[in-house]
Amino acid sequence: MPEQFLFAMEVILNGLMAGVLYALVALGFVLIFKASGIFNYAQGVMALFAALTLVGIMDGQIPFSHIINATFGTELHHFGWHVPALLAIILTAGVMVIFAWLVQRYIFRHLVNQEPIILFMATIGLAYFLEGVGDLMWGSDIKKLDVGLPQGINEWIDVTTFEAFGYGFFIDNLDISATIVAVFLVAALIIFSQYTKQGRALRAVADDHQAALSVGISLNFIWVLVWSIAGFVALVAGIMWGAKSGVQFSLSLIALKALPVLMLGGFTSIPGAIVGGLIIGVGEKLFEFLIGPMVGGATENWFAYVLALLFLVFRPQGLFGEKIIERV
Amino acid sequence: MFYREAGDFKVSYPEDSQTFPIKFDRYRYYLVLAVAYLVIPFFINDYWANAVFVPFLIYATAAIGLNILTGYCGQVSLGTGAFMAVGAYAVYKLMTAFPEVSMLIHVPLAGLVTAGVVAIFGLPSLRIKGFYLAVATLAAQFFLVWLFNKVPWFYNYSASGQISSPERSVFGIIVTGPNTEAWAKYMICLIFVTLAALIARNLTRGSIGRKWMAIRDMDIAAEIIGVNPMMAKLTAFAVSGFFIGIAGALFFSVYLGAAEVGESFGIDKSFLVLFMVIIGGLGSIFGSFAGAAFMVLLPVFLKNVFVGMLGWPTDLAAHLQFIVSGGLIIVFLILEPHGLAQLWRVAKEKLRLWPFPH
Repeated sequence: MPEQFLFAMEVILNGLMAGVLYALVALGFVLIFKASGIFNYAQGVMALFAALTLVGIMDGQIPFSHIINATFGTELHHFGWHVPALLAIILTAGVMVIFAWLVQRYIFRHLVNQEPIILFMATIGLAYFLEGVGDLMWGSDIKKLDVGLPQGINEWIDVTTFEAFGYGFFIDNLDISATIVAVFLVAALIIFSQYTKQGRALRAVADDHQAALSVGISLNFIWVLVWSIAGFVALVAGIMWGAKSGVQFSLSLIALKALPVLMLGGFTSIPGAIVGGLIIGVGEKLFEFLIGPMVGGATENWFAYVLALLFLVFRPQGLFGEKIIERV
Repeated sequence: MFYREAGDFKVSYPEDSQTFPIKFDRYRYYLVLAVAYLVIPFFINDYWANAVFVPFLIYATAAIGLNILTGYCGQVSLGTGAFMAVGAYAVYKLMTAFPEVSMLIHVPLAGLVTAGVVAIFGLPSLRIKGFYLAVATLAAQFFLVWLFNKVPWFYNYSASGQISSPERSVFGIIVTGPNTEAWAKYMICLIFVTLAALIARNLTRGSIGRKWMAIRDMDIAAEIIGVNPMMAKLTAFAVSGFFIGIAGALFFSVYLGAAEVGESFGIDKSFLVLFMVIIGGLGSIFGSFAGAAFMVLLPVFLKNVFVGMLGWPTDLAAHLQFIVSGGLIIVFLILEPHGLAQLWRVAKEKLRLWPFPH
């Protein structure tokens, strides 16, 4: 087999893995948008905040130590204990639930029935706020996140492909585990929304707020629930991205990676988020590999957007979005 | 008592259709102009010019541009940063190619170039609506920033990849470059912002502004009553691009002096200008000024409080600034989703009846 083809194969595989991570972030967007019509720009910052909190809890950092030190002249840093990863994840999930409740109670309850753009701006405000709080609580230095996921090149794939094609594919173990986790997460979400009472209520709210309200579903509860789930999805995304490239500010920019995925897949479709993520992941890696060298590289920043844009011009509701019916 | 139509008789058509039909408004407008042109230039110093007035005037121009697009025509754009970059790079190419031409010509030309570029990126708006369009404008944001980074022609093959503004003058007065006097910087920005506001105000009162608003309120209905959606949307994009381009050109040549596209015209700028428009008030020229003033003054004020008064380290102050500005934006949206302009409108309504509210 020609070498170029094998390289392309490897690029596609890695693109698929990256796509899974994009899809994870996009999933959080879709959940909130479907249930409450809020286009939650803060999703990326939520992932950052969750990852920061997770690292902070695991290392036993004292929250707000920086500001306490500056105000009282103390020298606080750590509690001096280490929390096992699983417990820390559960605790962080708890923090995200509290966060969801606060957001619902103090922000979006007051903004019910506002125009979508206002809600969107509120989430940008929330993103700024949360970013500041995260940095203030846990410090803004780059942190290493290690929850015990396997890392580094997958030997088995390397050896097998080398024997088969004469060229070993480089695939990160972390990407494989991210894919597995994502599959489980999506399966869990589908089971939750199809077979549980709350899940059905959630789908009812997504379909029609007022009808759901009239049959006795508590909108407040559902919105807190959906923000909690989005917070949990953000936590998973934060763990995956954080383990890959360290917990730092740039983590919040993955929100920007997820937006073209949403455009492609439609804002309201969970399968769309996943398929869109895969298409974008493969597309941008392949474009960078094939066309990138000709135009000076670093095309990953914009290619996804342009791809999504071109696609939307032909299909304005996205891949799986609900058909847009306009009436006067 | 002060603010009323009663007794303000119009005896000719031009009087009836002037920009500010109410006397109080008109005198207030003259007063603001007089203070801005005749008082401030004599008292301004470098700190006030660089920290407050110049950025305020430039952002106000950008906010007027975005307000036309988002507030009047209803097309949400997240590409403002990159569109400002188009203006900046256009003016840079013009300044270096034709050194002897006045800045008063270069800057509007840069605005025209930007108008063209923005109109091209506005084409998808004919098919895509709402948030899909907002995200689609992000394509412009990332693509243009990448383009200005990767094509050396745009930055004249300089080694650093930066653009830096050479010394240029208007009627013999230096307005760009490191030797510019504070008042000269202020005056050139003021001239352009005045023109922008005047043009925008009158465009939005006229037939084209009504078409934009019809498209904003419901595009299909507007189409049925005879508004050509393509023309309306594309003119909104072009006019908005013109003002944003002027703002970008001034931002680079007068305010920054040297710029690196990713840093100076990144997505943060897009959000910043959008915040100004929302906090100021969608669909209001006055709101653009109010929002720009708010968003420019807030960081200056917070920095003075946290670092100057409380003596906290600057990184801590930066985090707190994020929290406070994010929080304030949310509080604002909850308390007054229609922005500062709405507060002003309410105040005027109250003034109209004061002191006898019944």
